[in-house]
Amino acid sequence: MQYDVEAPARLQERFADSIVRVVAAAEDSMSEPFVEVIPDAWADIAAVLRDDEAFRFDYLNDLCVVDYCANEKKTAKAVGDERLEVVYHLSSVSRKRQLTVKATLSRWADADAQTPPGLPSVAHLWATAEWHECEAYDLSGVEFIGHPNLRRILCPEDWVGHPLRKDYQMPLEYHGIRGR
Amino acid sequence: MQNAVEDPRVLEFDVRTDEMLVNMGPQHPSTHGVLRLVLRTDGEVVSEVTPHIGYLHRCAEKIGENLAVRQWIPYTDRMDYLAAMNMNLGWSLAVEKLHDYAPPERGRHLRVVIAELGRIASHLVGMGAYGLDLGSFSPFLYAFRERERVLDLFEQACGARLTYSYLTPGGATADLPPGWTDRCLKFLEDFEPIIAEYHALLTSNAIFVKRTCGVGVLTGDRAISYGTSGPVLRGSGVDFDLRRDGDACYTRMYDGYEFDVVVERDGTYAAPPGTPGVPGDAVLGDSWHRFYVRMLEVVQSISLVRQGVAKYEAEDDLDHGQPFKLGAKLPPGEVYLETECPRGQMGFYLVSLGQANPWRARARSSSFCNLSIIGEIGRGCLIADIPAIVGSLDIVMGEIDR
Repeated sequence: MQYDVEAPARLQERFADSIVRVVAAAEDSMSEPFVEVIPDAWADIAAVLRDDEAFRFDYLNDLCVVDYCANEKKTAKAVGDERLEVVYHLSSVSRKRQLTVKATLSRWADADAQTPPGLPSVAHLWATAEWHECEAYDLSGVEFIGHPNLRRILCPEDWVGHPLRKDYQMPLEYHGIRGR
Repeated sequence: MQNAVEDPRVLEFDVRTDEMLVNMGPQHPSTHGVLRLVLRTDGEVVSEVTPHIGYLHRCAEKIGENLAVRQWIPYTDRMDYLAAMNMNLGWSLAVEKLHDYAPPERGRHLRVVIAELGRIASHLVGMGAYGLDLGSFSPFLYAFRERERVLDLFEQACGARLTYSYLTPGGATADLPPGWTDRCLKFLEDFEPIIAEYHALLTSNAIFVKRTCGVGVLTGDRAISYGTSGPVLRGSGVDFDLRRDGDACYTRMYDGYEFDVVVERDGTYAAPPGTPGVPGDAVLGDSWHRFYVRMLEVVQSISLVRQGVAKYEAEDDLDHGQPFKLGAKLPPGEVYLETECPRGQMGFYLVSLGQANPWRARARSSSFCNLSIIGEIGRGCLIADIPAIVGSLDIVMGEIDR
């Protein structure tokens, strides 16, 4: 399995306005190449990535969220702007190629009310995404718009907060059980 | 007015029944751990399966963000605790990929031997426990008898029997002790003829065949869409194995090794002589096929261990790979690497900002995806078929809940 080196250019050709940037594999480090897309256009791009003969990314390996929020002073520089990155690792079983797609979101749709930011769901394209989007919502706080049944899947239903956020505080108490 | 029933089958099944919700688990023995299935049933027929997971959730990914990469190895042990060696290997390879490091040759062959022994041990549990699910007790005891010897080998190598933390970024914590390879080969010699007994006990057993053939059929397209992997994917006829098709950082471990990817090609399997064939009732993608793929993979693993031992012993350089320094800073960057674990593709995603701890340590679980199909393939079957389907997926809850 190799990274599809042609796919990013082809995507850019087709969705020029919806691609934020294409990052090639870094030469000085082992960082992997990826394509960053505009969140609102993600569902359309995903459909093409899955169905178009030139891409055929029929397998969604993983979906996860990385929270960039400096929790200490010394990390502030490396972290940069506060944001959430939703990372999709796609691969094509028939073509044996892989591709990484990212979408950057603001950490909160409404910071005061702590409303999670939204991103179009791709559960109708890859059935894998149905559970993984629930997990991402549960642990990282991203609302997947159009998901058939977005719920907390690993934490209890009445859990408060999203544990994989960097500024998450472990609750002091949960139904009479001491937290910390 | 007369109600004429022309088809006798209509009369037979025209019994007034009520819809009922049945709770299966979280302590049900055939759900393989703390899995709760809520079944919507009408009589004996299940119309909806809703899995509830998360009973073992401890947010290992959050823990990983607060530990050095080597310190997270014991936590990967506890994900898939039946194949802890393969979990160690997955995370180690991801860390090594970030460092652009490959262990010395001796360490590479050591890893193949250990990983494939882990696969044998894991498939033995999958096989034995599956017999147990279907009401046959003795295969479980035989499987554990053999697995015990693999655990003995692991104990001699690293001191632990379940959670090994043996393979680690950089190589392995210790080399294999003297005489270990001889004992390993002796085990394989004893073990290989026993597989025929398992086939007699389960694979070609009339009751087993009746209980598994045509039950829980998953087509290849749906298997891909659901992101299933390992024997579940290959049992649906998809020819995909990361040991052959995976990332170069993983496949180079198997350079120079010969093995077949176990999958149905043109209606048959490339099985060793003496293996029972596919029964007439079996449908590609059903529980029987998933089980059969697992059984044949054990044979492939035996061959891989033999090749690995020979290569390991032939290596003159005695360096098996020294573990990375514990508190060393990671190079900045991000890598994603999937490895072929016994249960499927276990992926690790490591984001580093140049600190000693990963900024994000993500574990993509194979059982998580494999279980997610239960809602689809469990619909419309009988209650008694649910354990047969769940067992054939061979899930481990520690990995699903992480």
